[in-house]
This record gives sequence, C-alpha cells and structure tokens, in this order.
Amino acid sequence: MGVPSVPRVWREIKYKYNLIGSKCVKCGKACYPPLTVCPYCGGKEVREVKLPERGKVISYTIIRYAPRGFEKLVPYVVALIELVDGTRLISQLTDVEPEEVSIGMEVEAVFRRLREQGNSGIIEYGLKFRPLRR
Amino acid sequence: MRRVAILGVGLTEVKEHWDKSLRKLFVEAATAALKDAGLDVNQLDAMYVANMSSGYLQGQEHLGSLLSTWLGAKGIPACKIEAACASGGVAFHQAFLAVASGLYDYVLVGGVEKMSDAITSDILTALMMADDQDYIAPTGVTFVGLNALVYRYYMAKYRVRQEDIALMAVHDHEYAANNPYAQFRNRITLDQVLSSPLVADPIHLLESSPIGDGAAALILGPLERSKGEVVVEVAGSSVATDNLSLQLREDITTMYATIKASREAYRMAKVEPKDVDVIEMHDAFTILGVINLEDLGFAEKGKGVELIKEGEIEIGGKVPSNLFGGLKARGHPVGATGLYQLIEVVWQLRGEAGKNQVEGAEIGLAQNVGGVGSTVSVNILRRVK
Ligand SMILES: [Zn+2]
Repeated sequence: MGVPSVPRVWREIKYKYNLIGSKCVKCGKACYPPLTVCPYCGGKEVREVKLPERGKVISYTIIRYAPRGFEKLVPYVVALIELVDGTRLISQLTDVEPEEVSIGMEVEAVFRRLREQGNSGIIEYGLKFRPLRR
Repeated sequence: MRRVAILGVGLTEVKEHWDKSLRKLFVEAATAALKDAGLDVNQLDAMYVANMSSGYLQGQEHLGSLLSTWLGAKGIPACKIEAACASGGVAFHQAFLAVASGLYDYVLVGGVEKMSDAITSDILTALMMADDQDYIAPTGVTFVGLNALVYRYYMAKYRVRQEDIALMAVHDHEYAANNPYAQFRNRITLDQVLSSPLVADPIHLLESSPIGDGAAALILGPLERSKGEVVVEVAGSSVATDNLSLQLREDITTMYATIKASREAYRMAKVEPKDVDVIEMHDAFTILGVINLEDLGFAEKGKGVELIKEGEIEIGGKVPSNLFGGLKARGHPVGATGLYQLIEVVWQLRGEAGKNQVEGAEIGLAQNVGGVGSTVSVNILRRVK
C-alpha cells in the first residue's frame, strides 16, 4: 500500500470513480486502468473512454486470509470481470454471499468504501461489483 | 561475450530462522559459496543482492552497501536487484551479463529473504506489492488470490480436475524428504492436500508455498579460469516481462513471459526442451507447476497434468522436475528462491544430488517467476567436462 497519502488517491479519482479506461485507435481494444500505450498491439494512439458498468464474472476467488486493512471483511470475493465491451478488470464483489457466486454471473458496478489507510490515513472509495439487479 | 561458469555455491536451510537476521543469513550463504569456489572475498569484483521485501518487512533498503559491509567485501560495487519473486533469477542474469561482458571476473550473486519476523497480514501485503498498488491492491485481492483466479479459469477452460493439479504438491514433498536444506521434509498425501484449509478458493494451504527465511549464493566467473573436475557453464540466460496485471492479459492461463524467456534461453544454449535432463521451475502454487510445464515447452496447453500423472516429472521421466522439493516443500524465501533453484541444478550437473540424482544429467534449466507471470527468468546450465 505504501505510506498513507491523500494526493495519491485523489489523482486517480477520475478513473476509479467513473471507470475511465483507454481505447486503442489502431486495434480498437480497451483496457483498464487507462494506459498511454496499447498493451495489446503496442499502438501509441489511445483515447480515454468511459467503460461500461456491466459485465460478467469469468473467474473468482474467496479471500480467507486478508492483507493489512481488509482483515475485517473476510471471507470476501474478488473476481476477474469481463465488461460487456470485452474489457477485463479485477474487482471485489459486494452484496453477495461467497457461495452464491459463479462463473458467468452478471454483475454491475456500485460505489463503495474500499479501505481505510490505517488509523491516521484517509478512507478510500471506489467501485465494487454486485449481482446485476434487473 | 565471454563464456561464463558457476564456480561455487552456498546456501542456508530454508526455515523460520528465529535466531538469524537478514544480514546473517546472507553472509552465511555468501561465505559458503566463496569457500566452494576457493576464492577469498577480496577477489570478488562485484556483488548483486536478490531480495524482494526488505524495504517493507525490515524497513531496510540499500542492501548492496549493508551486505558488502557485513561480508567484508570492502569497496565492491554492489546493489539490490528486485523483481518480486523472480529477483533471484533476474539477479543471476545480471551477474551473468557482468562476467560475460568482460568487465568483471568474479561476481557473487546472493539472494536473501527474511519473512518470519512479520505477521501474516503484513507478509500478504508485502507479497501483494508484486502487483499494481493503485489499481489491484485496493480490491483486497492477495497474491495467492490472483493465482486462484488463474487456477479456477484454467480448470474451466481445459476441463482439468483439481485432484490432478494438486498432485504437484505431493510430488514436491516426496523429493524434499532427501533435501537437508528443505523447509518441509515430510511426505503428504493427495487427501491431505485437498482437505487442508482453503486460503483463497480453490487454492488449499497445502497447494501453496510456505513462508520461510533463507539465503542462497553463487559465484560466477570466466569459464576459462574454472578449475575442478566438473565445470558448469551458463549456457543460456534470459529474462522477459509481461503486462503486470492479469486484467491486461488476453489469456491468463498462458505465461507469455515464460514462453519468451525460455525460447530465448533455448536459442542461446542451442538446445530444445527434449535435450533438457532436469528442471527446477517456479511452482509457488500447484497450478503454476502445471502451467510452467506447458509454457516451457514440455506439454501442450491443457495437458500439463498428464506429465505429472504419468510420472514424467519423476527421476527417469521425460522431464524430471523440482527434485529438491520445489517451492512447496523446499520452500520459497522469495528473493532467494531463484538461486536455490540454480544451486539445485548445479548439484545435478556436478553429480552431487544424492538420492535425487538424475544419472548423467548434462543440461538443466531453472525458471523463476515474479508476480503472476509478470517477470520470468529462464537460465540453462550445461556440464562442459
Ligand atoms: Zn491496440
């Protein structure tokens, strides 16, 4: 995690709260977080893009031993999610029991508290994903 | 480029060394390596230290100067090389380049990791520093959790059963029984593996490399100056990286960096996978052992478990693998692990592997992985006389 730092969290807010990735002009693939080059074809022309907030679980795990700052949440689910446009990201799942999660499950982004940076640090917010509500 | 030989090796047992600090462990391994090479510390021209987490776990950086001071290598050029769990293999590559270039003659590469002083949540935090701290760590995923994502996806994609993948851990413990430096020398059964607690589903505790302390060191020098009855040459040495995080990979079951590094090392050594007599590969979790066998070129994708089930990774098989216990049973003192692997390959080529000897082994390979395949080093050693 590194030392507690307000500006370090602040400068990523745009991308984290709004799910902004980057899209390659050459191959058309998007990725998250946004890079300044394309990680797939090496294309140097990329644009920031708002990513879809819906997707499906393509793999998941149940964390039973947590790193510092997440101890109170165990057991919790972390999933590799494929958004509807094909972009992949790793996110914690919320509003779901671990045993209810399965590969292929449809999920949607939701704004949540992510972690506290120790007793003196700030509280970090961002996106988690929950089962899609129709 | 000059031809490079391994002149000496030294190591400590992997365990919870409550009585030894990071610096003491390093000096013990480095001193043993110098003795094995028949060199005095004053003859060293340079030193590379492989380590991942001294900054977080010990609050100690600047290992080059610290450890040269404690080793008594006054004035030597020295620095830390960090590439997460691949630090050892990557540092070895740097030492190889230093000698091959002709700039330095005698180079010590030593790896050390001191983990047992920290509590579990701090160790999990330290290991997770192998991945993106701005975008992946805030999800709460652990390093074992990232591997668990690969594991579940792999089973679904190739329809491979966990009871076959988990055999890798049973194999490791079988061979560690004959390794006096291994952390766990007890044999285990498949039932024990699959009934052990889940750490990050589907990964069980007994499918995961343990937490331990250790140090390992090798001395490299010009081939033409190596003495002794057996000479071990560094025939191929390569490092490759991949997009850091799994979410930036198109296929999370294939480690592109292993493919790239191994093909380059095979090319340098002028060998093919079928020529390799023994390998030490980075099975930090059982699933990684399976994937490594595939990506190193010994099995097709999805078929790695066949090698394990059919006894092909045992002595006498097609690709004898991890014959000193692998990461699961020899242990995984992170920054030192890649150098333990290389020492184990040296023992095989020197004919010093005891009960775990592959008779007549001439070519050996060591593969060391950092992150979930984010950095991979592949080194190929050859016995030249
Ligand atoms: Zn592209």
